[in-house]
Amino acid sequence: MIILTDEPLDPVAVTDSVRKDGNGAVVTFLGTTRDNFGGKTVTRLEYEAYDVMAIKKLEEVRDSLCADYGIEDIAIAHRTGRVDVGYISLVVAVASPHRVKAFEACHEAVNRIKTIVPIWKKEWFADGSRWVACEDHEFTDEAEHHHAHAERHTAAVGDD
Amino acid sequence: MQFDVRLFALYRERAGSSVVTVDVPDDATVGVLSDAVRALYPRLAPPEVRIVVAVNAEYADDDQALNPGDEVCLIPPVSGGRG
Repeated sequence: MIILTDEPLDPVAVTDSVRKDGNGAVVTFLGTTRDNFGGKTVTRLEYEAYDVMAIKKLEEVRDSLCADYGIEDIAIAHRTGRVDVGYISLVVAVASPHRVKAFEACHEAVNRIKTIVPIWKKEWFADGSRWVACEDHEFTDEAEHHHAHAERHTAAVGDD
Repeated sequence: MQFDVRLFALYRERAGSSVVTVDVPDDATVGVLSDAVRALYPRLAPPEVRIVVAVNAEYADDDQALNPGDEVCLIPPVSGGRG
């Protein structure tokens, strides 16, 4: 089961989808909206996805983990849009004959999702917002100066 | 060749648009196209940052050739491992 939706997630349904009598262990991870970051109060999160590629990459994560850990099935559900504090944005459910592989595969699934799946997270604070993981995209003063110059040029040629 | 390049998240906000149309030479690579978008929007990312590009919903290297009709998207950094 791979789900990408702007509706609330149902962790029980996601978990049930991987349960089989041959499995003695099921590990389900829930990612939820935390109310703080770096000492600031977070009021909500907002997720944006490149839907087609996100689903394709979630399927890749599932398939590669099933192969790497010898697991039959992994279910992943990711929410998009606004997710308020305390609500679930990610559900990963892994079932395995034994618990160790289920824990390991679930942990690795979350790592891979956060590395290769094109879903972006924005944190909203009382006084603003920021896209998570985009720190290297901040402009230095010099780059800002260059930008201001480029913008004036663009305006002059009427190309904006 | 003309492409309607899709922008997401940080790039969409910085460009003020979710689609940017660019014209590139017929033998253009991914890198040439991404440079063309950056020329239109210098504010997209600092010059030292490489912009990740997806072609037809797959990550693409800068030297990959483009074909007419390819779906091209600029991919800002995803959430990382902090959550």
